[in-house]
Amino acid sequence: MSAIILRDVRLALGGRVVLDRVSLDIPAGAFVGVLGPNGAGKTTLLRAVLGLVPPRQGTLRVLGQPPSRGNAAIGYMPQARGLLATLPLRGWDFVAGAVNGHRLGLPVLGKLERAEVDRVLDLVGAGALARRPLTDLSGGERQRLLLAQALIGRPRLLLLDEPLISLDPHHQHGVVDLVKSVQRELGVTVLFSAHELNPLLGALDLVLYLGGGQAALGTVEEVITGPVLSRLYGAPIDVVRLGGRIFVMSGGHDMEHDAHRHDVAEAGHDHA
Amino acid sequence: MLDYDFMRTAFAASGVVALVAGAVGYFLVLRGQTFAGHALAHVGFTGATGAVLLGAAPLWGLVVATLAAGIGMGAAGERLAQRDVAIGLVLALALGLGLLFLHFYTAFATQATALLFGNVLAVDSETLRTLLALGAVSLAALAVIARPLLFASLQPELAEARGVSPRLYGVAFLALVALATAGCAQIVGVLLVFALMVGPAATAQRLTGGVGSGVALSAALALAEAWLGLALAYYTDWPTSFWITALSAAVYLFAHIRVGA
Ligand SMILES: Nc1ncnc2c1ncn2[C@@H]1O[C@H](COP(=O)(O)OP(=O)(O)OP(=O)(O)O)[C@@H](O)[C@H]1O
Ligand SMILES: [Mg+2]
Repeated sequence: MSAIILRDVRLALGGRVVLDRVSLDIPAGAFVGVLGPNGAGKTTLLRAVLGLVPPRQGTLRVLGQPPSRGNAAIGYMPQARGLLATLPLRGWDFVAGAVNGHRLGLPVLGKLERAEVDRVLDLVGAGALARRPLTDLSGGERQRLLLAQALIGRPRLLLLDEPLISLDPHHQHGVVDLVKSVQRELGVTVLFSAHELNPLLGALDLVLYLGGGQAALGTVEEVITGPVLSRLYGAPIDVVRLGGRIFVMSGGHDMEHDAHRHDVAEAGHDHA
Repeated sequence: MLDYDFMRTAFAASGVVALVAGAVGYFLVLRGQTFAGHALAHVGFTGATGAVLLGAAPLWGLVVATLAAGIGMGAAGERLAQRDVAIGLVLALALGLGLLFLHFYTAFATQATALLFGNVLAVDSETLRTLLALGAVSLAALAVIARPLLFASLQPELAEARGVSPRLYGVAFLALVALATAGCAQIVGVLLVFALMVGPAATAQRLTGGVGSGVALSAALALAEAWLGLALAYYTDWPTSFWITALSAAVYLFAHIRVGA
């Protein structure tokens, strides 16, 4: 069965076409790395799956249904904002804020709801972390809480938008391993967007590479090749494999690494 | 002190206003919109002076102007509500217009001082009834929207994906802030609304990392500061607004030093 099906889909924001004529099937239970340079449409695609960006053309099916807002079967971790680090809350209260957050009334959790918060915190091993204030946590620890929040309500599909942003390589691997173990334990489909392929290599089943309004889905061997990436980037690309790592190069520049550096600068800006 | 009618009225008025300001202020600080709250107060000044000019009660001018501005700011989007320059300009324009209205009004000085710096001892029983009604409506409305409002404040993108419109709750919340601001302006004046709306909330967030405990502590602090300020004003004969702002700042500072260490 397919978790997500796109048929000839066009996604646009304002007057700008982000993805055009994209057709693909994402099998249920797969761990999919969603890659591509800044502005390629990773976030837009995830928001389309959530029902927040309706396709201008073509059909999109998510878990067998047309996408719709408020689908409890989808867990979502938005692209991180610097704001989180300044919230004057304990981790537990932050995660709890998303439990049945759509219901009117006071934000007072019932017994079952409290148990749900504890359950998702245990899943990501953040039970102890959650007693500390957000301001005292490291970036990686905050990502752990965000992942816990995405797991509320036992989703079957997990959309994680750049969980590795502004983490050092060691913590990147920690987050990838954590997501992989959660995926195995719960048997969910994961879409994990990132700027760099290498931290994901051990965890990936499939790569979804976006660029130039197009998309390529397949195994690393199928997608991360000179011809496929040259088509997506619209420029000649060389793929260099070195000691178990893969580098995507254009005219001697490491494309992914450059994009990532740009990103760190942005993240640093947010904190200021 | 409580033998006097005007003191009992002042305690009741400042009590209800403080509770609303403390609770609403918690979310205002959490959402990083304190400057928007400040601007609403200034727009309220224009409304109040306009009402005086038309021969209506200043409180209603305050309510109408802040509500209109709050809803307008919310509808213009989260981003605008946090944009300093746009807000700052609106704020200056509002004060300027208020000054113009006062210029046409004869009892210039007393009205201006009362509006800018508050005069809780002059609250009459009719104003008190209005404040009680406004307070009850505000607290009830906050109790209804608190949960989705918190969700949309902490995680706007996730909330949107879950079917909670951050835009809608942004507007509803600024309308609540408008009502709270109008009330505060009666007690401490438009210039000192921060003392009741922001001081206690910021202190509470410094002292506790829980949401429920934070809102409760914020409201309790606001109430304590307002009543203690009133009592101090009674015994010293200094202005109530001075005492409330002094207490608000002192408590905030104390919390900072204690927790910061
Ligand atoms: N409101 C908008 N109107 C028009 N274009 C927009 C709007 N918002 C975003 N875009 C554009 O849509 C494109 C896709 O953006 P998207 O955020 O999906 O990219 P991304 O792959 O997630 O990038 P990043 O790696 O920077 O997160 C970008 O080129 C962006 O400039
Ligand atoms: Mg993105």
